[in-house]
Amino acid sequence: MTTATLNDYVLLSAVLFAIGFFGVLLRRNTLVIFMSLELMLVASTLALVAFSRFNGTMDGNVFVFFILTVAAAEVAVGLAIIVALFRKRHTVQVDELNTLKN
Amino acid sequence: MAQILFYAFAFFTLACAVGVVVNKNAVNAAMCLLLALVGVAGLFVQLDAYLLAFLLLLVYAGAVVALFLFIVMLLDTKDTAARGFRKVSTFASVFALGLLATGVSTFAMRGRLTTPNPNLAAAVGTDLKHYAYQLFTTYLLPVQVIGFLLLIAMLGVIVLSKRWEGLDDIK
Repeated sequence: MTTATLNDYVLLSAVLFAIGFFGVLLRRNTLVIFMSLELMLVASTLALVAFSRFNGTMDGNVFVFFILTVAAAEVAVGLAIIVALFRKRHTVQVDELNTLKN
Repeated sequence: MAQILFYAFAFFTLACAVGVVVNKNAVNAAMCLLLALVGVAGLFVQLDAYLLAFLLLLVYAGAVVALFLFIVMLLDTKDTAARGFRKVSTFASVFALGLLATGVSTFAMRGRLTTPNPNLAAAVGTDLKHYAYQLFTTYLLPVQVIGFLLLIAMLGVIVLSKRWEGLDDIK
């Protein structure tokens, strides 16, 4: 059913990854940084699925299966850390979380 | 037709991803993330990965984004106005953007990823049976490890969100 080439998919996933990367670089809110991280993760899974589709295997798909599971666990732990951080410091802005700096 | 669908989904996904990054309000960013994930799920369907598209919608768009929204509303973070970026960070970002634009445009112009079968064969293992077979034979150990990881993550979240006496007021 697919007529877009592997190039298109890899290009798309690279651009998506880059957008997530700039989100991590430029945003200050820890929650939004975390969302951008998820975006990067999804971009890499898109590349995996595309490669496995165009190479006629399903190993990439199974890997994406595992990546989704790990990502779910990661989000749960990360958000718990952010909540714990907010309880102690009453902020989630990264430029105010600089205790280790001094 | 499929080409048009690909471009539509790709454009939609990228627009929503940009929305995640530029939105000042975290709730709007989470909503944009949801739409971007729906777009990626559409691309998965175009790649004949139906199960993964379904799982992406279920796990990511359903559970993860709901968790994000829940935490955003729980924390109720103030909308801090965008302050100017530091000089070094601006410089680094512009430099990275230039490198990125060069790489992407070069790849778009010249990049040719070769695939073993240019005339695309029918997708392997689009049905549930193939996934189950793979998961319970080749990938049996990873499945066990992942299960253990989920257990550890659950315990970790419980420990992290418990209030520990005397530790709450460390500044």
